[in-house]
Amino acid sequence: MNRKILKLMLGGLFMLALGLGAAWAVEPDEQLDDPALEERARDISQQLRCVVCQNQSIDESTAPLARDLRLIIRERLVAGDSNKEVVTFVVDRYGDFVLLRPPFQGDTYVLWFGPLIIFLIGGGLIFYYFRKVLKAVPDQDSSSPAKKGKRGS
Amino acid sequence: MKRLGFYLPIAIFAGVVIYLAVGLTLDPHKLPSTLIDKPAPEFDLPPIEGFEQGLSSQDLNGEVSLVNIWGSWCVSCIIEHPILMEIKKNNIVPIYGIDWKDPPGEGAAWLKKEGNPYTLIGDDADGRVAIDFGVTGAPETFIIDKEGRIRYKYIGPITPEVWNEIIFPVVEELRK
Repeated sequence: MNRKILKLMLGGLFMLALGLGAAWAVEPDEQLDDPALEERARDISQQLRCVVCQNQSIDESTAPLARDLRLIIRERLVAGDSNKEVVTFVVDRYGDFVLLRPPFQGDTYVLWFGPLIIFLIGGGLIFYYFRKVLKAVPDQDSSSPAKKGKRGS
Repeated sequence: MKRLGFYLPIAIFAGVVIYLAVGLTLDPHKLPSTLIDKPAPEFDLPPIEGFEQGLSSQDLNGEVSLVNIWGSWCVSCIIEHPILMEIKKNNIVPIYGIDWKDPPGEGAAWLKKEGNPYTLIGDDADGRVAIDFGVTGAPETFIIDKEGRIRYKYIGPITPEVWNEIIFPVVEELRK
């Protein structure tokens, strides 16, 4: 019994280690000496999509272009840019597509509100359907099932 | 109501199928450029080895031209190379080359071996100008109008079809 628990715990630790392994692609020679700036650079690069391997952020990607962009981000931070200015620099060149979190603006309202609208329509239909079913329920007590439920009519 | 209950799910399903059929077959690498209709980025690149003159954004003014991003390391650049040579030979439109992230001398050696289709070439060794152009991979070709604005971006090698059906018509249109 105890052995089983031990096995489970070891398995869990192993999974955890796997998860931690898939972290980032930032190489030591890219990193800034100032830990605060480096932290900001990491934060920004995790929000930006790599345009070569599109489902990775430039923080995770080993593509040369991602590395170039990481270096540019750090250069601009050192030059005194705010986080927002750095992001704008990249968006000006590659478009909103590089933002892993889409901006909240006119052409993305469908994206942001779509799920809510679909949920409301679906919820409305379910509500409508069950209200009809529930209305029919009291009839059960009158024990006359023959009246309803004629299948295939 | 009963009929609606039958047809509505089918209609929704058909809608989803059409939406996905279109959406999932789009090539996600064909990103629209945010730079369309904007002036080409300012740059001043040195020449590649063995050439006198580099390439700067000033050179793009005055005439419709193509800016082609390439590199000796770029596998698909050789695919479009014969067409670029043909354009050069027939003097159809000037092509300006940006040699993207090539080790010193390799771009020049490649042109010597394959032929040089470019009017002017700039050496973008650290890739910064390519990033200013929003380049995602070579080859990429930009069509620049007389005022030096980017009017079209083509990603990937220029095939005869692409030249005849897309790029040449745009060039002609811009010349009017």
